[in-house]
Amino acid sequence: MKIFVCVKQVPDTETKIKIAGDGKSLDLAGVKWILCPYDEFAVEEAIRFREKNAGATVTVVSAGPDRVAEALRTALAMGCDEAIHVAAPESADSYLNSKALARAIEKNGPAHIVFTGKQAIDDDCAQVHQALAEFMNVPAVTVVLRAQYGATIAVEREIEGGTIEKYDVPTPCVIAAQKGMNEPRYASLPNIMKAKKKEIKKLSMADLDLSNAAAKISYKQITLPPERSACKMIEGDPATAAKALVKALHEEAKVI
Amino acid sequence: MKVLVYCEHSNGKLKKGSLEVLSNCAQWGVETHALLLGAPGTLATLAAQTEKFAPHTVHTAEHSALAHYSPEGFAKVVADAAKSLGADALLATVSSQSKDFFPRVAVKLDTGMASDCTSVNVAGGKLEAIRPMYAGKCSAAVDFQGAKPAIATIRPNALGMKPEKAGKPAVAAVSCDPGTIRAAVKEVVAKAGGSGKTDLTEADRIVSGGRSLKNAENFKILEDLAAVIGATVGASRAAVDAGYRPHSDQVGQTGKTVSPTLYMAFGISGAIQHLAGMRSSKVIVAVNSDANAPIFQKADYGVVGDLFQIVPALTEELKKVVH
Ligand SMILES: Cc1cc2nc3c(=O)[nH]c(=O)nc-3n(C[C@H](O)[C@H](O)[C@H](O)COP(=O)(O)OP(=O)(O)OC[C@H]3O[C@@H](n4cnc5c(N)ncnc54)[C@H](O)[C@@H]3O)c2cc1C
Ligand SMILES: Nc1ncnc2c1ncn2[C@@H]1O[C@H](COP(=O)(O)O)[C@@H](O)[C@H]1O
Repeated sequence: MKIFVCVKQVPDTETKIKIAGDGKSLDLAGVKWILCPYDEFAVEEAIRFREKNAGATVTVVSAGPDRVAEALRTALAMGCDEAIHVAAPESADSYLNSKALARAIEKNGPAHIVFTGKQAIDDDCAQVHQALAEFMNVPAVTVVLRAQYGATIAVEREIEGGTIEKYDVPTPCVIAAQKGMNEPRYASLPNIMKAKKKEIKKLSMADLDLSNAAAKISYKQITLPPERSACKMIEGDPATAAKALVKALHEEAKVI
Repeated sequence: MKVLVYCEHSNGKLKKGSLEVLSNCAQWGVETHALLLGAPGTLATLAAQTEKFAPHTVHTAEHSALAHYSPEGFAKVVADAAKSLGADALLATVSSQSKDFFPRVAVKLDTGMASDCTSVNVAGGKLEAIRPMYAGKCSAAVDFQGAKPAIATIRPNALGMKPEKAGKPAVAAVSCDPGTIRAAVKEVVAKAGGSGKTDLTEADRIVSGGRSLKNAENFKILEDLAAVIGATVGASRAAVDAGYRPHSDQVGQTGKTVSPTLYMAFGISGAIQHLAGMRSSKVIVAVNSDANAPIFQKADYGVVGDLFQIVPALTEELKKVVH
């Protein structure tokens, strides 16, 4: 039984964004790369599934430039068995990455379950899970808080207002993890050492018959948010300040 | 130019975000088509709700398999409708639902999609969209590369509700085939006490509290304030991790992304991951006892002081101006 988990390597959440000279891409030099935080829940869920299902194996897959090998090693150190690096170009969008991931998984499958995160925190697209499922022609549930694995998978998905939608999903399927689905483990030192020696299988876009495939969207221009004008500090004791603040919100900002 | 708007509804009402998109289409001088999905016999009254923004046609797709949400069924029906209409653009408001199934629509139509946009416009017969990335640390203007249809989902409150332009749209029933559905909602469980409140992601006003509230009970003062101005209560991760609020109330990079007209932060330091979730708010108010708290750098109005004194005073003052 083959379990797959898709992980994206993203800049650390503290990263200061710099726009490159062309005005339409980012200057990523010196960025500290991490495994996308949501994908840690996906990795953890995949490993827990394997621990409860003898004979199951977990393969972690990441699409992107050579640097993503580091994210794959992190997932291996957490406990994944095998790793696949899909050599997708930096310009790949959600569409192309999903297509490449689907083909890589199918080539190394058949997949029983594919776990992903609910959103990559770099481009914030929240598309690859369902797009990947559509390419694979399998069902998917996203923003998953809980999953119970039986003949089908009983899944709880979080929607507006903390409301829960319940699904029974047959396998094969894609499940996209929300924060809180589990408590991701830390890799132990011996496992980090072992992960360093593991082989990472590399698939080129040509291996996936995607040499000529292109992204569907790109960016014409990237801008930093306009600086807010300086904060107006409101002085006085609590009652005075409250009065002045409400007056400002009412008469100046006109939001009350 | 034909623009198809997927209109989401719940409890017999169109979502405000969907109406917002329709109201903007009415300003762009495009041929607007509204699309509604639902169980047989349920869509006529919903179709009438679009009249104030006079779309060209409302397409109603009624099918027993559309009574409950399913990503596969909804994606197929929306993609088929966009194809048969020959839509140049396909739009929807951002919601848990559209976030979930629109990526499948894009794949079915073999086209690109810009999700979670904060600005969308039509110029020279083309869709223009700007979407935030890196949790709002930058924004990107999207090049759809001639995709047909160009697909964009738009954050609630981002475009604003435009003036009414009443008119009677044609209503056309769509013959639809939801196809094979392997995963559909079988039960919906509302959070206790959570129903009836506007969700953070749709809220026009948000009142948030942080670690400094010290316990769950103290959030009552924020709830009282929120009740006066019809706001939704949010929280920082520190408050959520401490168990004062559920995770569904968390604003920030690993919580909700919100863009209300008014965001009030009480005792929140303004960590970059919190700012990530609320920086696109129109007006930001910060109350913090530390004059050097980073939140003041992103706020429009600031008060340095003890929230336990300021919040009740503010609630009383707000009562005087809100009727
Ligand atoms: C990967 C990652 C993801 C994260 N995601 C999120 C996220 O989604 N959302 C999020 O919020 N955080 C997130 N964080 C955490 C974030 O870094 C901060 O730790 C968190 O936002 C701090 O919450 P806080 O402002 O409530 O607490 P603190 O930083 O402890 O700030 C408390 C503030 O209250 C003020 N204060 C104290 N007493 C009073 C009083 N009586 N009156 C007025 N002011 C008072 C203090 O001056 C201080 O500024 C994330 C962190 C990481 C690493
Ligand atoms: N390049 C990629 N390689 C592997 N997995 C990815 C990649 N991009 C996205 N994913 C997965 O899809 C999820 C949603 O990503 P996104 O649609 O980019 O927000 C992520 O949390 C990952 O699990």
